Formats: sequence, structure tokens, C-alpha cells
Amino acid sequence: MSALLAVNQLSVAYGGIQAVRELNLTVASGEMVCLIGANGAGKTTTLKALSGLLAPRSGSVHFDGQPIARLPPHEIARRGLALVPEGRGMFPRMSVAENLMMGAYARNDRAAIARDLDQVYALLPRLTERRAQLAGLLSGGEQQMLALGRAMMARPRLLLLDEPSMGLAPLMVQAVFDIIRKIAADGVAVLLIEQNAHLALKTCSRGYVLENGVVAASGAAADLAADPAVRQAYLGE
Amino acid sequence: MDIFLQQLINGLVLGSVYALVALGYTMVYGILELINFAHGEITMIGAMVALAVIGALTLAAPGAPGVLLLGAGLAVAIPVCVALGLVIERVAYRPLRHAPRLAPLITAIGVSIVLQNVAMMIWGKQYIPFPGILPQGRHEILGATVSDVQVAILVLAVIIMLMLILVVQKTRLGRAMRATAQSRQVASLMGVDVNRVIAATFAIGSALAAVAGVMVSAYYGLAHYYMGFLLGLKAFSAAVLGGIGNLGGAMLGGLLLGLIESFGAGYIGDLTGGFLGSNYQDVFAFFVLIAVLVFRPSGLLGARGAERA
Ligand SMILES: Nc1ncnc2c1ncn2[C@@H]1O[C@H](COP(=O)(O)OP(=O)(O)O)[C@@H](O)[C@H]1O
Ligand SMILES: [Mg+2]
Repeated sequence: MSALLAVNQLSVAYGGIQAVRELNLTVASGEMVCLIGANGAGKTTTLKALSGLLAPRSGSVHFDGQPIARLPPHEIARRGLALVPEGRGMFPRMSVAENLMMGAYARNDRAAIARDLDQVYALLPRLTERRAQLAGLLSGGEQQMLALGRAMMARPRLLLLDEPSMGLAPLMVQAVFDIIRKIAADGVAVLLIEQNAHLALKTCSRGYVLENGVVAASGAAADLAADPAVRQAYLGE
Repeated sequence: MDIFLQQLINGLVLGSVYALVALGYTMVYGILELINFAHGEITMIGAMVALAVIGALTLAAPGAPGVLLLGAGLAVAIPVCVALGLVIERVAYRPLRHAPRLAPLITAIGVSIVLQNVAMMIWGKQYIPFPGILPQGRHEILGATVSDVQVAILVLAVIIMLMLILVVQKTRLGRAMRATAQSRQVASLMGVDVNRVIAATFAIGSALAAVAGVMVSAYYGLAHYYMGFLLGLKAFSAAVLGGIGNLGGAMLGGLLLGLIESFGAGYIGDLTGGFLGSNYQDVFAFFVLIAVLVFRPSGLLGARGAERA
């Protein structure tokens, strides 16, 4: 079976600083995969390169069998790869409803967009009450939900999530991860980045551990969670 | 004659033209945080091209209705200015998008000087009169006089501004423009081709500038290769007054500046005991600019700093 996302020997640098080195990674259709690692390990850099915000120095990225590593972000997005960026990427001076519609920007199937909008509101009732409010005025958790809902409006096949738990209270983290699981249950593949390794390994079926821009370990989430080195470095034991 | 009402009308007419030009500054600033100093020159090119077309047509078809001639002038001036705006963005600004902010600013001034000189070479240094093709009607309203040209400018400017609001608020392009202004990166993640949105912004601003240039030359009855400088600077002041980056602010700032100038010119003689005459009306824009920059740099409607926090 060929992977939905296949990353091969990907290297990304900021000027002279290599942030990601020769990274190999795959995500199958409908699979939930996590990429964990300490602050500064290169997780965000990886997602930015996958979504076209950063040009890789070398290596290849294939999405659905097509090379995408040199495409601009809007074309990658239109192929069905959605990134929910670090910090949630709100359009703060747009309403909740307008933010959601921006998610469907590249689509023109009006009837289906309207149905998806209803579905997103059903999935995220808190947003329904606030649909006319400016996104910049929402709480962090609500913004994270809006970012997820907006990504769903694009009908992606792969969702890239950059630390969705960041800055959220524990209860809100639970709520956000419940939504992520529901999205995945609908068949959307997820590549989840987290510093909260415990949560990430519990949520995903496979994982990669990134250390200083290099994959230090990978495998089934349960195996990683049982790995003494991983436990010591990332699970606080 | 009622001087107050007269100044009010004159100020609104002038201000609506400033508003059209200010919109071009503010839209580009909103998206790129770039002050497109060549924008004033685009109004000048719009006026010059329209006058050239009108002049040629008057020779070719003497007796053609003036409104038709004016329409033909606009029909050529608008696409010329749009093309010019697109070329400037592509050649002068896009390559510098990731350069330090001073670089595109200097380029903008350079482009503006180039355009002035090209216009001077094509059309010469002399004032070019606006031919008497337009209706010369004057109407008395409560003691003030309004000309047909003034009415046309005001009505047209208001229609254009309403259309712009509609485009920005209700259309897909408008939504993409607002999204791009708030975050270029996130907009691109939504599938927005940011370069196209930026180009569209320059195109719209340039079209408004073309219309405004023709309006100014019709209003004052002349055009000149240097007219874009002062008009641009005033419109820029208006955009800053309203809060640069804010569309409603540009409209408000334009109208206010027009009124300030008009009333200032009307009363400056009285205020200074006859020491300064109405020929000093141009200084008001700069008083306003300086005062805003000192006392309220975010402008009347600009609260971007606060909103971002
Ligand atoms: N814009 C940038 N310019 C230079 N270096 C950067 C930039 N962004 C990140 N880095 C560096 O790249 C490395 C990886 O950063 P990042 O991908 O953000 O890590 P993570 O998301 O895993 O915390 C870090 O050493 C960081 O300092
Ligand atoms: Mg990060």
C-alpha cells in the first residue's frame, strides 16, 4: 500500500542552521500519527515544510503519490492537506462564521459547503453560539476548536496539527482531543505534533520521536510509550 | 451667498476625491504594510491619459457629446493605470517582499520619480487644460452654488466607495483580501493565492486612482505631470488621519481632509487677519498629518495595535 503522505530524506534549514535533517516519515490514509519531541526539536519546521510555508533544502514529499515539496502553500492546501498552525492562525478581525468560510475558500460546491458548515457547528456547539463573534475575542480553547473546524471546512484528507494542546487548561485539552478523534474517525488522516508526548502517544497509533532535527525513534505508539528511553526523556519518568 | 454651506460642499467634493486616492494607499498598506508612494503618480497618469484620449477624440470627432468623450477617456485611463499598478507591484515591490522595510519604500519613491519624468517627457512641463466638454451647469442651493461637475464627482465617488465596500465585505475576493491582510501565511494555508490577491489589490487601487485623477483634472480644469505628488501626499495624509490600513478610515479621512482644507482656505484670511490667503490651503494636509502622527498615530479609526494584542 502506498502512503498518503511520504516524506523522504527531508532537510530544512534557516540560513545556515539545519533545523530538520534527512527526515523520513509516512502517514497512511486515515491513520493517526504523532511527531513528538522537545521544544526546538524541529517539529514546527517539519510541518511548515510539508505545507509549503518553508522550502525544503533537500528531500522529497509526496502526497497521494504526487510530489508537492516545491509547490506554494495554496496549491498544497488545495490538494487536501490542511495545516492548523502553531498559535491557531486565527483571522482575528473576522467573525467565527467567516473564519469557517475561509476554510472552504478553495471549494466551489456551495451545497456541500453548507452541509459541511452544519456538520462543523454540530461538532462544535460552542462555536454555534458565537458564530457572529470576532475570532480574536474567543478564548484559546474556542480558537483551537475554530481552527479545527475551519480546517474541516476544506475537506482535507490529511490534517497537520501543530501542538493543539498548547496553552489550554486540562479540561479544554480533553475537549480538543475528543474533537480530533472524531475527525479522525471520519477517515481523515492526522499528523499530530505535540510536546505532550503522553497524550499524543495515547491518541495516535504510530509515532516518531524528533531530537535536534533527527528522528531518534519511531514505531507503534504503544511500543514507543513502553520504550525506556522515550519514557525517560518524554514521559517524565 | 452662504459661505459656510459653500465651503461644506466644496470640501465634500474635494474630500471624496481624496478618499478615492486614500483607499489605494490604505488597501496596499493593509496587506503589505508598504506605503506605495507611486500611487499619487498613478492618479496623474490617469488624468494625462484621459486628457490625451479626450483631446484626440475631439479632433477626430468634433461635436461628440462631452460625457461620451469623458467616458472614453476613463475607459482608456482605467486599464492603463491598472496595468501600471500591476507592473509596479510585480517589478518594484514583489522582489523586495522579504527585504528590510526601508528597501521597498525607497523603491516606491524611485518609481514615483520615474513616472513623473516619463510623464514630463511625453506630455511636457506645461499645464494641460481640461477641454470644455463637460456640462457647465450651476445650481443654487440655499445660497450656495454647486456645479454639474461637482455633483458628478460626489455622486460617482460615493457609488464607487459603496461598490468597494460591497466587494470587500461580500465577495470571495474581498474575503481573501481581508484574510491576507490579517495573516498572509494563514490565508495561503486556506488555499488563497496570496500573490494574486496582492495584485488584485493594486489593480483596484489603481483603478480608483485613475478615476480620481480624471476627477481632479476636471474639477480644477487642468492636469500637470507633477499633480500626482501633492494629491498623493494629501491622500496619504487622509489615509493616516483615518487610520492607515482601515478602509472606512480612508473614506472618513479623505472627507475630513477635504472639509478641513475647504474651511481652512475659506477662513484662513480671517484667522490671520489677512496675513495668509487661501493659497495656503495646501498646508492643512500637512498640519493634519503631523498632528495625527504626534497625537494619534493609529488614526481616527485605526485600532490595529490594540486589536492585535
Ligand atoms: N524563523 C527561524 N529562524 C531561525 N531559526 C529558527 C526559526 N524558527 C525555528 N528556528 C530554529 O529551528 C529549530 C527548530 O524549531 P521548531 O521547528 O520551531 O521546533 P519545535 O516546533 O519542535 O519546537 C530550533 O532550533 C529553532 O531555534
Ligand atoms: Mg513548535
